[in-house]
Amino acid sequence: MPKTIRVLVAKPGLDGHDRGAKVIARALRDAGMEVIYTGLRQSPDDIVAAAIEEDVDAIGLSCLSGAHMTLFPRVVRLLRKKGASDIVVAGGGIIPPEDVPKLKKAGLRGVFGPGTSLAEIVGFFEKAAGRSR
Amino acid sequence: MGSEDPLKVLREKRREWERTTLKDSLKALPERSTAFTTTSFIPIERLYTPLEGPTFDPSKDLGMPGEYPFARGIHPTMYRGRLWTMRMFAGYGSAEDTNRRFKYLIAHGETGLSVAFDMPTLYGYDTDGPEAEGEFGTCGVAVSSLRDMDLLFSGIDVGAISTSMTINSPAAVIWAMYLVMAERRGIPWTKLRGTIQNDILKEYQAQKEWIFPPEPSMRLVVDTFEYGARKVPQWNTISISGYHIREAGATAGQELAFTLRNGIEYVQWGIERGLDVDEFAPRLSFFFNSHNDLFEEVAKYRAARRIWAREMRERFGAKNPRSWWLRFHTQTAGVSLTKQQPLNNIVRTTVQGLAAVLGGTQSLHTNSYDEAYQVPHEDAARIALRTQQILAHESGIANTIDPLGGSYFVEWLTDYMEDEAYRYFDRIDALGGVIPAIRKGFFQQEIANSAYRYQKEVEGRERIIVGVNDFVDPEEDTKVHPLRVTKASYNRQLARLRTIRGKRDKKKWERSLAALRKAAEGSENTMPSIVDAVRAEATLGEICDTLRDVFGTWEEPLLY
Repeated sequence: MPKTIRVLVAKPGLDGHDRGAKVIARALRDAGMEVIYTGLRQSPDDIVAAAIEEDVDAIGLSCLSGAHMTLFPRVVRLLRKKGASDIVVAGGGIIPPEDVPKLKKAGLRGVFGPGTSLAEIVGFFEKAAGRSR
Repeated sequence: MGSEDPLKVLREKRREWERTTLKDSLKALPERSTAFTTTSFIPIERLYTPLEGPTFDPSKDLGMPGEYPFARGIHPTMYRGRLWTMRMFAGYGSAEDTNRRFKYLIAHGETGLSVAFDMPTLYGYDTDGPEAEGEFGTCGVAVSSLRDMDLLFSGIDVGAISTSMTINSPAAVIWAMYLVMAERRGIPWTKLRGTIQNDILKEYQAQKEWIFPPEPSMRLVVDTFEYGARKVPQWNTISISGYHIREAGATAGQELAFTLRNGIEYVQWGIERGLDVDEFAPRLSFFFNSHNDLFEEVAKYRAARRIWAREMRERFGAKNPRSWWLRFHTQTAGVSLTKQQPLNNIVRTTVQGLAAVLGGTQSLHTNSYDEAYQVPHEDAARIALRTQQILAHESGIANTIDPLGGSYFVEWLTDYMEDEAYRYFDRIDALGGVIPAIRKGFFQQEIANSAYRYQKEVEGRERIIVGVNDFVDPEEDTKVHPLRVTKASYNRQLARLRTIRGKRDKKKWERSLAALRKAAEGSENTMPSIVDAVRAEATLGEICDTLRDVFGTWEEPLLY
């Protein structure tokens, strides 16, 4: 039996919009993954520490406040620094299209905007986290 | 003269219709679905007649406009007397950036101001605080100091225009900055009109921009009620908000129920403080969402007015009819906006704005079509404002009062909403009231459940979202005018804070914060010392840090 995929769903920064993060957390859980939800107002350091501690395969970041360009790449950098660059990082929120290639270049494997289907996001984590192991 | 009961005749006629006309029709053309529901999952029948609304008594349940129970509106002439206030929620970057946007919107005909603050401000942090990194001005304006507040309203007569400020945990501090800004301009506080959102309960439930635990937060709220009633009599010291509850995923019924139950909680706290209900209740205001399902929204507003009037008069014994009024602002549903084919959002916003006006709103914000991308560009904001102006001046909907009143369907739905709200009141009371229910995660779980149910229905295409799960345009390559906060604004803001900290009277500043700490540790009203600290040029972050030190902070129960 393959190992269950473990995903950390995290809210970096001050943004309080948690509808999307919670819906995604539940969809991933319903798809059979183990989900750890960090709650709000986590610094990139908190998130990376939790990801390593929980031994997750992937991190899903959600930010709707516009601070994604500061916060998302920092999570990737910190993971690298801690020798945990095998953890897949994806992000979603209110992200202008021109930021998407920049985030991908910074190391995010997936960037999802409003209207993305749950099936697409579940599929992403199944594929990306499965491959990373 | 026939003496037969008209309802009996109708019942017969309806049965006959079902047996003949309807049956034949269904045979030839089955309905599109076996079950029709509202956006909030309420099952909807094929047809509503007086048979479905046995409690609908026009004189008792609806009343006359401007009279109890206000189902038809709080004013005797509604929009024939005065149109709703067109109040566009705006804010990004620095105070100067947002001041330009305010002037732009006023120049294009908006009739009230509404300030969106950035995340650090909402959490009581200054722009130069470590927590604020990356968040300056991204989803609202940064206001860290009295100087920022003054620049925000530079060239705007705050004695003449009303200002709404979406600020909650640090509401007392931001309000104090507004008051001191007016004071320095020589405008008496008795002339100031506006609103602070100041609704902390829905922060724990939905919007999640909290600082302190519930009890000291509620104390600050009641401090503003008391201070406002005595010193700033035309100011709405709270805007009890369903908007964010709905945005977070609640149904219309949950939005209605949680918001009004929160309202009841504030009134109870005010009375427990020793205030007379009629002293502060007339300054309580409300704020609701308007989603796509037009009739459901209209029914929600009508039910809200009726419940509030009843609760204020019967439960709290308020005597002043103004205490019975549910005055409300409406914002169209941000969550309904799509990134796909964004111009379609103009149409959604029109329908939602229409619902708000048909529901009797006192003021309205219409969203911009580009908000699934960013904080709105001014071109998009202008179209959103124009949408209201078209509704007001071209559609004819403002010509008569409560035009949907008496519709069998809308009256049935209004009753349905009202019943749902009371069922939730009972459940919340059984949990020990609003704050215990927050600690148990009750609201949060109810909201998360509804959000997930909605998303699953979209996923399963039981709900069609045009451009998202149907009518998709694979060739779509949409661009919106980008709006970015500049580095120059950020640097200017940092420099301003440095200057303020360097130049202010250190002794006076220290004394003011010490006095605030003492007030917070005791039980007196904190507003006078917050106002004094602002006068001594203490920053938002410094004042909130002082309060954080005394009150501690809140951690929410984790659930999804």
